[in-house]
Amino acid sequence: MTTLQAAKLVAGREVRVKLRDKAFLFSTVLLLFFTALGIVLPMLLEGGPTKVAVTGATHVAALEQAGLEVQTVPDLATAERLVREEEVEAAVVDGPRVLALEEAPDDVVSALSTSPPVEFLEPDAVNEAARFLVPFVLSVLFFFTTLTFGVQIAQSVTEEKQTRIVEILVSSVPVRALLIGKVAAMTLLAFGQLALLAVVGLIGMRVADVGGPVIDALLPTVGWFLPFFMIGFLMLATLWAGVGALAARLEDVNGTSAPLQMLVMTPFFLVLSLQGNATAMTVLSYIPFSAPIAMPVRIFSGEAAAWEPYLALAVLLAATAATILAGARIYQGSLLRTNGRTSYATAWRNSTPVV
Amino acid sequence: MTTVLNVEAVNRSFGERQVLKDVSFTVESGRLTGFVGANGAGKTTTMRIILGVLAADTGTVTWCGNPVTREDRQGFGYMPEERGLYPKMTVTEQIVYLGRLHGLGTADAKRRTATLLERLELTERANDPVEKLSLGNQQRAQIAAALVHDPQLLVLDEPFSGLDPIAVETVLAVLRERARTGTAVLFSSHQLELVERLCDDLVIIADGTIRAAGSRTWLREQYTLPRFEIEVDTDAGWLRDQPGVTLIELDGHRAVFDLAAEADEQPILRAALDRGPVRTFAPIRPSLAEIFREVIR
Repeated sequence: MTTLQAAKLVAGREVRVKLRDKAFLFSTVLLLFFTALGIVLPMLLEGGPTKVAVTGATHVAALEQAGLEVQTVPDLATAERLVREEEVEAAVVDGPRVLALEEAPDDVVSALSTSPPVEFLEPDAVNEAARFLVPFVLSVLFFFTTLTFGVQIAQSVTEEKQTRIVEILVSSVPVRALLIGKVAAMTLLAFGQLALLAVVGLIGMRVADVGGPVIDALLPTVGWFLPFFMIGFLMLATLWAGVGALAARLEDVNGTSAPLQMLVMTPFFLVLSLQGNATAMTVLSYIPFSAPIAMPVRIFSGEAAAWEPYLALAVLLAATAATILAGARIYQGSLLRTNGRTSYATAWRNSTPVV
Repeated sequence: MTTVLNVEAVNRSFGERQVLKDVSFTVESGRLTGFVGANGAGKTTTMRIILGVLAADTGTVTWCGNPVTREDRQGFGYMPEERGLYPKMTVTEQIVYLGRLHGLGTADAKRRTATLLERLELTERANDPVEKLSLGNQQRAQIAAALVHDPQLLVLDEPFSGLDPIAVETVLAVLRERARTGTAVLFSSHQLELVERLCDDLVIIADGTIRAAGSRTWLREQYTLPRFEIEVDTDAGWLRDQPGVTLIELDGHRAVFDLAAEADEQPILRAALDRGPVRTFAPIRPSLAEIFREVIR
């Protein structure tokens, strides 16, 4: 059997086990639910178009064109009653005059008036909320996924080590087949989960009728985020497998993975707190550990030049190659050391792959 | 019956401590080889080196004359000392999985798993996760995992520990069947009576060195002392005065004695018959436990 065939078998098992893991399924469904909710909820709270009562037929067309819900009433008295009873938010009566309770209904007023055209010299396609929300969501997604899946990779390695099944595995297939299979399976699952989220998110935005400009700005951002996410995840995944192999028991995983947890958490907080600072963000978008978040954020805000994501991706790929080698070395150096926690140094030195 | 596995002058140290010193022995196809030694004598380390889980510092392990390769190991079955299967996977699933890792196709692996579980009387629990099984049943599953791909060499580290007497008989029978079809079986155990019943060949290790190795019958002969047991109707105290006799035990009518190397036991028997009826007169064969104690001394 070749290493690849063995790796496929290993990956197949990992995926099957995970897809039947209730905790995993539940967290995925929950994540999808909150994504959909987050997008659709604002629309539901808005409560539909403004209702307005109108006497006569003169202004009906103009009001309907502005997207208001128009109710034609016979006379002024009825219109006034409807406003008082809050059946409608405003009424348009002859004059034209607008009746309202205590607040001027802007949308009704602007529907009836002509304002001079405004030309934006620096159009800001994306509104304030989206500018905050998009970086936040991307950061959380990458942070959350790399951390939860990472810990799961580590735990699954430790489990094999703790139950000693690793001895049976290693006696039949090469160690690297185990590593490749495991990392590939988890990357696939993480990416699948993310893709599912992206699809639900985009559908949700269409349904919620989020303004076209936001989606237009989002598409390239998400398009770039996916490769950055996948490679960034891969970069960390092998390291997670390595720290999993350092632990002898599941209880040790938290300890052996502490440096890696820092490596995941620090970029997350840096990007969130420094996103107003263009220089800092530029730097962060090239550092491999923060690039998967920082570069898509810069693409979204329109700050990144067209060539920049390619360069950042190249840097990320190089870093990934390095961490895969390092992670594999730690993994091989500690996988079969069953008495107690293995230190990084010991694992690094003892990486003599067993025949 | 040919020598298939050859362990040659294997040394291995952990830090300063040398745990294996020039370990050499052979395992033959179609035979059950017992690997006996005290805790820490080096049994597990030797087995792990055979399986490639651990590297030898020096020395070689050959399979049919050539150094063991990964392909050879695909045809080995291994049951590690500390048991382990995936706790949350069902019995069938993991045995099929391990069979596939050893090169079986899916359908083949499934068929063999079903047969094997039937043979090991585990069919009822086939679809339960391993963590839900009793320890004894987990052990059977573990044995099934080592057997599923019909290995040419079976290496079992303490296969009987944790099994109830009925399970021991089942497993014993399965191992014998495998040996009959040509599988070479190497198993370690500290239950010497079991080893005595089961094995054809024996390897005794102590402090990292092989103290004795060979067929059980041969070892028996090597370590049989000229010792006899006698039971007569009257007091056997007269034995004391017979030439060449050293009394080991005297209990009224019954006695155990050693005979000097050049002496013959027949005159002693005749002398006994002269004094009355003889109920028992037999050489005492040492048990494996006794040989073991003798060898590792």
